[in-house]
Amino acid sequence: MTTLTVNGTKHELDLPDDTPLLWALRDILGMTGTKFGCGMALCGACTVHMDGQPIRSCVTTLALANGKSITTIEAIQADPVGKQVQEAWLDVGVAQCGFCQAGQIMSATALLKKNPKPSDDDIDSFMSGNICRCGTYNRIKKAIHKAADKTEV
Amino acid sequence: MSQSENTLLIKNVSRRGFLKGALAGAALVLAAKWDFALAEEDKKYGAAAMPNGWVDDPNVFISIHNDGSVTIVNHRSEMGQGIRTSLVMVVADELGADWNKVTVLQADANEEKYGNQNTDGSRSMRHWFNPMRRAAASARTMLEQAAAQKWQVPVAECKAGVHEIIHTPSGKKLSFAEVAEIASQLPVPARDTLVLKSRDEWRYMGRETGDTYQTRNNPIRPLAIDGEDIVQGKALYGADIHLEGMVYAVIQRPLVYGSTLKSVDDSATKKVPGVIKTLTLDTASQPAGFSPLGGVAVIASNTWAAIKGRNALKIDWDETPAGENAQYDSVEYRKLLEATAQKPGKVIRENGDLAAGFKKASDTISAQYYMPHMAQAPMEPPVAIAKVTADSAEVWAPVQNPQATKGTVAAAIGLKPEQVTVHVTLLGGGFGRKSKPDYAAEAAILAKQVGKPVRVQWTREDDLHHSYFHTVSLEHFEAGLDKKGKPTAWLHRSLAPTISSLFTQDPMHKAVFELGMGLANFPYDIPAMRIENPEAPAHVRIGWFRSVYNLPHAFGIQSFIAECAHKAGVDHKKYILDLLGPARKIDPPSVGANWNYGENPKDYPIDIGRMRGVIEKVTEEADWGKKLPAGRGMGLAMHYSFVSYAAVVMDVEVEKSGNIIIHSADIAYDCGPQINPERIRSQLEGAIVMGIGIALQNEISAKDGKIQQDNFHQYLLPRMVNSPRKVRVHLVNNNLDIAPGGVGEPGLPPVAPALCNAIFAATGKRIRTLPIANQLSS
Repeated sequence: MTTLTVNGTKHELDLPDDTPLLWALRDILGMTGTKFGCGMALCGACTVHMDGQPIRSCVTTLALANGKSITTIEAIQADPVGKQVQEAWLDVGVAQCGFCQAGQIMSATALLKKNPKPSDDDIDSFMSGNICRCGTYNRIKKAIHKAADKTEV
Repeated sequence: MSQSENTLLIKNVSRRGFLKGALAGAALVLAAKWDFALAEEDKKYGAAAMPNGWVDDPNVFISIHNDGSVTIVNHRSEMGQGIRTSLVMVVADELGADWNKVTVLQADANEEKYGNQNTDGSRSMRHWFNPMRRAAASARTMLEQAAAQKWQVPVAECKAGVHEIIHTPSGKKLSFAEVAEIASQLPVPARDTLVLKSRDEWRYMGRETGDTYQTRNNPIRPLAIDGEDIVQGKALYGADIHLEGMVYAVIQRPLVYGSTLKSVDDSATKKVPGVIKTLTLDTASQPAGFSPLGGVAVIASNTWAAIKGRNALKIDWDETPAGENAQYDSVEYRKLLEATAQKPGKVIRENGDLAAGFKKASDTISAQYYMPHMAQAPMEPPVAIAKVTADSAEVWAPVQNPQATKGTVAAAIGLKPEQVTVHVTLLGGGFGRKSKPDYAAEAAILAKQVGKPVRVQWTREDDLHHSYFHTVSLEHFEAGLDKKGKPTAWLHRSLAPTISSLFTQDPMHKAVFELGMGLANFPYDIPAMRIENPEAPAHVRIGWFRSVYNLPHAFGIQSFIAECAHKAGVDHKKYILDLLGPARKIDPPSVGANWNYGENPKDYPIDIGRMRGVIEKVTEEADWGKKLPAGRGMGLAMHYSFVSYAAVVMDVEVEKSGNIIIHSADIAYDCGPQINPERIRSQLEGAIVMGIGIALQNEISAKDGKIQQDNFHQYLLPRMVNSPRKVRVHLVNNNLDIAPGGVGEPGLPPVAPALCNAIFAATGKRIRTLPIANQLSS
C-alpha cells in the first residue's frame, strides 16, 4: 500500500511498488493533466513536483513516492509562482499542440522557485530536459522571463 | 471561389436548425451541395475536389442559443496549428460574435455533413476560409433580417454590431439572443446576396499579438481557444478520455514489416499483477495501408501492468511473409540508391537539349545529398479508445483524418462506416503520423474481442519502431556551368521509396503528388534540364511527414544551387535570383507540373515574383552579406510548397569542437492573406526548430529489417539548447486578393538547407548527408 498526498489530498494506492507515479496519477487517480511522452525520463512531459522538487513521474516508482507530497499541473495555479508562469504562458501564446506544456510549466515553475531571475543560459540548461516537438522553445524562454519579471522576489 | 455562386438556394433547410442545429446533430438535406455553381473545370480543384468537398450551410456550423451564447463547430483536427482558434476567428468576425460568448464544438467524423475533414496538406484555411465566411455571413444576415421583422423596418437599416443587431437610424438594439428564435425560422440566404465584411471591420482576423481588443482577462493576450485549458492541464487529448469499465492494452507488433506471429508464450505475462489476458491480432497482407501490423496484445487493468506484461512475452515471429523487408539495412540501402543514381531513370521532365547544354559548359559540378528516414514523433504517441457492440462502434482518438478513421475501423471489425462514430480529441502533435489511423483500428479490434471499452496506448518505442516513416532519399545532381557560372545544363535524379507503397504492390517510382513537391515544379530558368526519378523500393511503412517530399527536394536543390554559386564565385543571393529570372507567373501545367497541390493553376500559378520577394525580404532583414567573425557564416534557402513561399537565412557559428551555435534564424513568408498572423508566426517558429532537428539530429535507421532507435536517447529531437538565439518571422504580401496559401508545412523545407549553407559559409565544409550529427567534430 502506497500513501501519497496529491495536490493536498491523501490517497492510498494498492498497486505494485514498481508502478511509476505517472500511471497511478493517470490511470488510477484519473488526473490526466500529467502526460506520457517517453517512459524513460527523456522528454519531461510527465514532470510533477515531489516535495517541491521537479521529478519525472514516468520513472518515479510508487516505492520512491511513498509518503511524499505531489503537486501536478492541475493544482499549480494555487502556487503564486505557478500562477505567474501560467499567466505568462497565455500572454506569450506559448502553446501550439499543448501536449508537453504541463511538463514545461512544472519545470519552469521549479526553475523560478529555485532561481527567480534566471539568465538565458540558466533557462536553457534547466529546461533542456523538456522536449517540445512543436518547437515553442523561444516562446517558453520569453514566458519564463516574463513570469520572472512579474514575480516578487 | 470562382464563378458565380448565386444559382444555389439551399432548400429543405431544417427551419429550427439554426437555433440548435449543430448541437442537435440534425441531418440537413441540402438541395445541392458544393457542386451547385462551379463550372466542371473548377470542380477539379481545391476544396471542391476533395472527398465530400466543402459545406457552407450555417445550420451545420453555427448555433445561437437562447442565452445568446454561440457554438461554432470546428470540423478540422487541431494538432497545434491553431485551426480551432483560426476558424472561430473567421466565423466570429463575420457573424459579429463576442469572442467571450463563443464556444467551440469539435465535430465527429462526418464528411457527408461537414465536407472534407482530412487535416493534412496545409489545407484547412486555404480551403475553408471562404466557406466559413459565407456560413457566418449567412447567419448574420438572418439575424439582421430577424431584427428587421421584429422592428418592422427595412433590413437595410439593420446591421450587426458585436453580438447585437443595431437599427442604424434610431440606434435601437436587439441582442443576438433576442432575435435568434426568429432568425431560426428564416431560410438561408442565397450566396449572391451575402455581403462579406471588409477587412477594417474585422476584430479577430488579422489580429497581431499586442493588438488591444479587450477580452475579459487580458487586453494583449493572443486569442487561443484551448489556451487556458492547456496551461491548467484540462485540455483533453487522446489518452485523457476515460470510459467506465475500460481496460488498457499495449501491443507487441512485429518488428519487421510484414512478418507474422509464429508462436507466443505468455505464461510469465499472465503472472504480472493487473494483467487480464493476452490476445493476438492478425497481420494484414501487404500492402497494408492503414491496417494494423498485428501482433500480441496484453490487456490489463492499467497501462503499466500492460507494459510490464508485454515485456514478459516470449514471441517467435515468422519473417518469411516479410520477404526482403527482413534484410532491410539502411547502410546497404544507401549504397543501392547511390548505385542506381549513376544510371538514367524514369524521365519526369525535360527541357532543351541536355547533351548540348553540357557540351556548351566550361565547367561541370556534381553532388549527391542523402536524407535518412525520420519519425514524426509527436509528443503524444498514438493512442485510441474504442467501445464496440454487435452493430456499432464508438472511437475516441487523436486523428488527422477522421473519415478515414471511420472507414478503417469499420473495415477492421466488419461494420459499415455509418455504424462507426469517431470522436476527435485534441492531437498532441500530428506532423503526418496521425493521418494514418492504424491505432484506432487496433482499439476497435480489441474492444470487440474483450467486450469492454479498450484503450490502446503506444509507447515511445512503439511509435519509433512502427511509424509510417518519412521516406529515405538520395538527390543526385550534375550541372554544366558557363563562363559566368550560370547553368547551361541541369540533371537531377531524385530517388526515394513512395508513400503509394502503402496502397499498391511494390511501386518503384514516386507518385504524382510526391513529384509535385518541389521536383516536377522546379521553377528555375535553366535552358537545358532533365529531371529523373529512378527506382527505389520500400521496405518499411512510408508515410506523410510534415512537408513530405518537399524536404529532400528542397535540401538537395537548395544545397546544390549554393554549391553552384560557390563554384561560380557569385554571392548566393545574387545567384539564386539570377537563376529564378525575372518576376513572372508560370502556368504549372506548362512545365508538366500538373498536380499543383490540387489547386487551380489559374489561381495558384508558380509565382517567381513571390519567390524573389521572400528572398529579398529575408536577406534584407537578416542583413545578408554583413561581416562576420571567423567560424561564423550565413546561409540562405528558398522553397515553394503547399502554394506558399518561404525563404530562410541562418547565422551560424561552428565552434572548434564542432558544436553549432545558431545566432539567429530569419524566415520570410508569403501565404497571401494572413487570417491568424499570431499562429502563422508560431507555426513558422516551430518549423525553424523542427528543421534544425532534421539538419542536426533526426535519423531512423534499419538493420535486419528492424528499426534501431528505441526512444529519445537514440532518436534525438531538438531541445531548447538547439533553438536559435533569435528567431524572426517576416510575413509579407498580406493580400486578400491573392488565393490563400498553406501555413503548417511550407516553413519547414528551407530550414535544413539554409543551415547547411550557413555551415559551409562558416567552415568551408559542405554537408551532403543528414543528419549532421558529429560530421563537424574534429
